Order: sequence, then structure tokens, then C-alpha cells
Amino acid sequence: MKPYTFLLFVVFSFIQSSAVIADIEANEFASAEQEQQYNKLVNELRCLVCQNQNLSGSNSELAQDLRKEVYSMIQTGDTDAEIIEFMVARYGDFVLYNPPFKAITFLLWVGPFAVLILAVLLIVIFIRKNNNISSIELDSSEADKVADLLSRDSSKGNH
Amino acid sequence: MWRYLAPLGLFVVLVVFLSIGLNLDPREVPSPLIGKTAPAFSLPDLHNKDRQISPAQFDGEVWLLNVWASWCVSCRAEHPVLNQLSQEYKLNIIGLNYKDKRADGIDWLRQRGNPYASNAFDKDGRVGIDWGVYGVPETFVIDKNGIVRHKHTGPVSWKDVEEKIMPLVRSLMKEAA
Repeated sequence: MKPYTFLLFVVFSFIQSSAVIADIEANEFASAEQEQQYNKLVNELRCLVCQNQNLSGSNSELAQDLRKEVYSMIQTGDTDAEIIEFMVARYGDFVLYNPPFKAITFLLWVGPFAVLILAVLLIVIFIRKNNNISSIELDSSEADKVADLLSRDSSKGNH
Repeated sequence: MWRYLAPLGLFVVLVVFLSIGLNLDPREVPSPLIGKTAPAFSLPDLHNKDRQISPAQFDGEVWLLNVWASWCVSCRAEHPVLNQLSQEYKLNIIGLNYKDKRADGIDWLRQRGNPYASNAFDKDGRVGIDWGVYGVPETFVIDKNGIVRHKHTGPVSWKDVEEKIMPLVRSLMKEAA
């Protein structure tokens, strides 16, 4: 397997695994909007037992209970904001896969960009340093030597 | 000089970050309930269906809410600690028997001893959701005014009792109701 085909394989296997859904309850919705609301919420909320899965992807008891809770809240006509507020009041911002920008989440949001800027700066500094090396001035005796070596090399190439 | 110091510096920074990361417990999610009024509930007593238990009954006392279940493996490790805690310090520990079967919960207490002043029976785990329970066992410390002051996720060890829970309980007992 060529290296890049392997890389593609790895990338696609990740895409596949993120689409796994454990949500198997047969919920009935009065309207398509309600079903959409439900699907959106169970994908945005994190399961606190298996912390790298959302509610729709987890089959833990807690995820099942919280899905049931989201479903019954939608049935009583609660909005997205009300349901999210209900979850955050009990489990904190951690329950959100898309946490709000706050003092405590500052590093989380800004950190990656700060590292990116730092990396770009380091690369720029590194490249500039290397450019300086290639523009070394030669004195006349050195220049003669270089010319001599180059001409010798090209005469060899003609044979 | 820089050529050698820069990678060494980077390495040290990396080691510091990784060692902090290793010592953090990812299961320890800060509870938004700290500093807020304990969520109200009214649940039947585990031993007596007709008796209702609710947090309001303990107003004016410092008490512990311990979430447990007979199916919970780490609760086995924690149980002797709770027994000792109730015997040595006469602390008011209320149990929340979470998503359990009534008979199993009663059996468990008969076999292992009962450190609880009373036990609320949360059959479907609905009260657990209100308390933000996600990993049994969990233990909450509630002050005289009914405010949640501390949450411990996972089994409580005797070290936790002596270093965290009892110092807090003693200072809360001195506070005015």
C-alpha cells in the first residue's frame, strides 16, 4: 500500500467511527421539526460516563436516561436553549460539545491558535536564518577558487 | 548555546504539561451545584415505602448525601469507609439508592452494615439526574442552610475523609444556620 493510500484509509476510518449511533430507542415525534431538534441535541450533548461520546453515540445507562429526558422535554415543548440550560445546570459546561467562551474556557478556545502563531513565527525565524547563510560574501581568492572548481567540473562533464 | 538550550527548554515544558495532565482525573468534572441549594426531592424510604425522605428534613444540620447501588462495584470498596465514618464521627449520612432493586439494596445493607441515617430509593434515577450524578458512588456535603458545599466523585477513601471531608464538615458545623 502506498503511504498516501494508507493515510486516506486512516482518515476515512475515523470518519466512519464518528458516525456510529447507539441511539436505538423507537421515539415517535409529532413533527419533523421535533425529530430534528432531538437529533441535534443528542449530538451536541456529551455523555459523562464515556466522555468522548455524545448522547447519541453512547449506550451507557446515563446516556439512555438523558436521551429519555431530552425526548420528554421536547414533548412538553421546551426549546433548545431550555434543554441545554437544564443539562448545564446539572452537569456543567462539560456536558456541551461546543462549550461557551468564558474565562475558564479561554485557553481551550485560544490555545490552539496561540500555538499555531508561535509555530509560524518559529518557522519564519528559522527560514530567515538559513537565508543569511546562503548569502555569505566571498573574498577575491575564495572567488577564484570557486570559479576554478566550477570550470574544472564543467570540462569533465563535456567528455 | 541556544541550539542546545532551546530543545531542552521545550522538553522541560512538555514534561511539565504532560505530568500535570497525567495527574488530572478526567472523571472529576466540576459540579455546577457547588454553592447552590441542594436539589429538592421527595422519595420513598428504601426500607419503608410509606415514609418520604426529602433534603428539607435536614435543614440546620451538616449532612452527607451518598449515591450508591448494589450493582456498583466501587461502592464495595467505599462501604467500610462509610461504616467507619458514621461510627467514629456520628455523621448524618443520607443514602441515595440509585437505580437499584429495593430487595437488592436492603440485602446489601444487611450484609455489609448500614452507615446511613436513612436511604432514599431513586428507582428510575430521575433524582440522580437533578443532582448531576454520572458515576456512582458520589458523595455530596451539604451545609446547615441546605447549600451543596463539596462533591466527591468515585469511592471515598479514609484518606479523603481525613484530608477533605472531615475538615470541611468541622468548619461547616461552626457556621451559623
